[in-house]
Amino acid sequence: MRSENVLEMQGICKAFPGVRALHNVDFALRKGDIHALMGENGAGKSTLIKVMTGVYEKDAGQIAIEGRPIHFRSPQDAQNIGIGTVYQEITLCPNLTVAENMFIGRGRYAFVQWKRMNAKATQLLASLGIPARPTQQLSSCSLAVQQMIAIARAIDMDCKILILDEPTSSLDEDEVKKLFALMRELKSRGVGIIFVTHFLDQVYEISDRITVLRNGELIGEYEVSSLPQFELVSKMMGKALGDVAKIRKHEPPAPVGSAPVFEGTALSSDAGVRPFNFTIQKGEVNGFTGLLGSGRSESVRAIFAADKVTGGEVKINGKKVKIRAPLDAMKQGIGYLPEDRKGDGIIADLSVRDNIILATQVMKGFFRPLSRKQAEEFADEYIKSLNIKTPSTNTPIKSLSGGNQQKVILARWLLTHPEYLILDEPTRGIDVGTKVEIQKLVLKLAEDGVSVTFISSEIEEMLRTCSRLIVMKDRQIVGELSGMNLTQSDVMHAIARGGV
Amino acid sequence: MVRAKAHGSHLFLPLSVLALLIVINLIKGADYFSITVINGALYGNIPNILFGASELVILAIGMTLVTASSRGQDISVGVAGAITSAVFVQVLQNSGDITWLTIAASFLVSCVVGIGIGAFNGSLVSIFRVQPMVATLILFTAGRSIAFMIDGKLSPVLANNLTSQIGGVMPGVPIQTPIILTVVFIVLVAVFLKTTNLKLYSESVGINEKAARLNGIDPAKIKFLTYMILGVCSAVAGFIAVTKAGRHDSVNLLKFVEMDAILAVAIGGNALSGGKFSISGSIIGAYTIEVLNRTFLRLEVGTETIKAFKAVFIIILMVVASPVVREYATKALRRIRSGANSGTMPKTGAPDAAAVSGPEAVAKKEV
Repeated sequence: MRSENVLEMQGICKAFPGVRALHNVDFALRKGDIHALMGENGAGKSTLIKVMTGVYEKDAGQIAIEGRPIHFRSPQDAQNIGIGTVYQEITLCPNLTVAENMFIGRGRYAFVQWKRMNAKATQLLASLGIPARPTQQLSSCSLAVQQMIAIARAIDMDCKILILDEPTSSLDEDEVKKLFALMRELKSRGVGIIFVTHFLDQVYEISDRITVLRNGELIGEYEVSSLPQFELVSKMMGKALGDVAKIRKHEPPAPVGSAPVFEGTALSSDAGVRPFNFTIQKGEVNGFTGLLGSGRSESVRAIFAADKVTGGEVKINGKKVKIRAPLDAMKQGIGYLPEDRKGDGIIADLSVRDNIILATQVMKGFFRPLSRKQAEEFADEYIKSLNIKTPSTNTPIKSLSGGNQQKVILARWLLTHPEYLILDEPTRGIDVGTKVEIQKLVLKLAEDGVSVTFISSEIEEMLRTCSRLIVMKDRQIVGELSGMNLTQSDVMHAIARGGV
Repeated sequence: MVRAKAHGSHLFLPLSVLALLIVINLIKGADYFSITVINGALYGNIPNILFGASELVILAIGMTLVTASSRGQDISVGVAGAITSAVFVQVLQNSGDITWLTIAASFLVSCVVGIGIGAFNGSLVSIFRVQPMVATLILFTAGRSIAFMIDGKLSPVLANNLTSQIGGVMPGVPIQTPIILTVVFIVLVAVFLKTTNLKLYSESVGINEKAARLNGIDPAKIKFLTYMILGVCSAVAGFIAVTKAGRHDSVNLLKFVEMDAILAVAIGGNALSGGKFSISGSIIGAYTIEVLNRTFLRLEVGTETIKAFKAVFIIILMVVASPVVREYATKALRRIRSGANSGTMPKTGAPDAAAVSGPEAVAKKEV
């Protein structure tokens, strides 16, 4: 039994200033197993992974690979011993080619053998069915393809252990299938795979075993077949889960004769979205749906003028206004939580406090800084009301977990008291509990009269919150769905047909 | 380069270096802090340092802002000071009588020129997205020739009582004027930072330009603004330098000061790759450089060889302050501590432990 374990960790402890990230955690991975690592935000999944890949040094505990005790001094050590990792956020170099990204830093020779490298890359890409050319610049690939290239890079390192941290969060269904096929292939070769995801269905589709963490402690290790989904969720959350069921979306507000909060005609931007019309009523929750790359993000970016607006007319509460830059939109009471949290959302080195007050401060103006006391009060208020887990208001936002970072960005926009809030994938890569919190928050906002546009790649989430869905395909709006009893298959059919 | 972990810890490096240098100076001679009064003004090592570092301190302030917002450095600050001070001298000498009023007017004109220079560099960086060092290389190359052309002849002389009071001592004031001007400038900057959002905006732009834009900040405007502020800093530094010297030498005025200004920013614990910054760190950094220069003089290092010694000192400083060494040091410290604990434990704890566990062990055996 013991010799089967390719990786064994015992009594792992790790603390950061003010936070106890891991406490006495055991973890074992068997050869040829797909092992799901589950837990909420800040449960310690990412920390555990970073300990086993040598990014963090453990404070206490033992790690053994194939029965031999190991002490990693650097990520390079872990790589050399055969641990391949694909992180949640893509960590490749966008300005290098696909092939360079796959083989960079791994050559045995002082000089790069371009021909051989490109040939090898072509072969590997073809065998994995990744639609990219080796000589293509990475930044010209879609997010999904970039993710698959990161996986290809990890796989090629002859690894014994492959760690996939949220690999599917930016993949569409087809790509997930391909990835799973790949995982099964590796499994049959005896690779142990650690799979971290927030998609429960995916866990049950592919994993053999599940380890659950909560608040940095081990809750238990289970066979997938002996742990029903519902129990898994309650173990992760530490309480029985009736919350999701309780979420009930509102009836779409009846147009009361007043003009819509936002009315756009023939909007377009230089990001390549076709001119479209869009309206949203006071207190309405609607959503853009469609496959990845269908233009849903580009559309909401055009509304907020996040990309350069190239045409169209906007009316706010019936009054014609010009929105040329994000600040114009903010002044009209529009808030925008971007899809790419790391790249467009957080100001990584700044404190939680500064990140929360940023938008409000900018709207107030360059010459009218908030007093320190006022800023602290604002930050404290939202840390409390959104239950943001942070050691202090002064902590740099980058040291928070993904879900808590997202809450800070939400707090930033709530503090501006928007009339219309655009949330682009607010629940991506965060845990079930926080997802539910965010969905509830959206409905609460709508009750208070705020209009919300909610985008999520999980159709179910949108069905739970949105009273109207705008269907997009190939960068244009192809239809609209509304009604209280929409089902997932209605939406899928609409997307597939390219119309309603 | 150095991340501030807790409030104020970013000042640890510059302050400890400063302390070290002062200790070295005190070992060399206990009279280091002695101050003498000559003609009603204070002289001595400390006043000399404050006097000598004036221009550098002012430039380091501007350099910090530019570094934070544009993630790069302006290497034309010394040259810019040479140009603005040339303008100052020309305007002053062509305005007839030299009075406080004409000096003030000429200084303001030179400030406008400084802002113009900042706008030139700033537009290259923010609008045309040229790398800051490359953008400012243009003026760095051409600047001294421009200053020479403005001068019209070799080194125009500022022979009058008023400007020498600005560069030296005012009657009845015990502290040299450049020191006072520097303090006034620092206070003005502090007030400006307190009453505006310059810090929050420029840090945001330096850390994540895209996110800053989506929060309504115009990154180009902020970068442009910091370059214009640095332009003003150059004009003030040029003004002090030329009044100190009493003549405008377009070749040697503020020579090599740009590298010291960048160094001051780095010693101050600021990342040269932009983002979060500490102006107080840079100010201490600038004074530290001046102390360093004068320490070598005091240790009777030859003036020709000072630069080599300075370089060695800076290399040591930067290596000691590097994240690599810091991490190693904290680990080593932890190991020593835990080693000391386990080393002393058996001596004091062993007899007791044996006494306690002894009978139990025996009892177990019997069972």
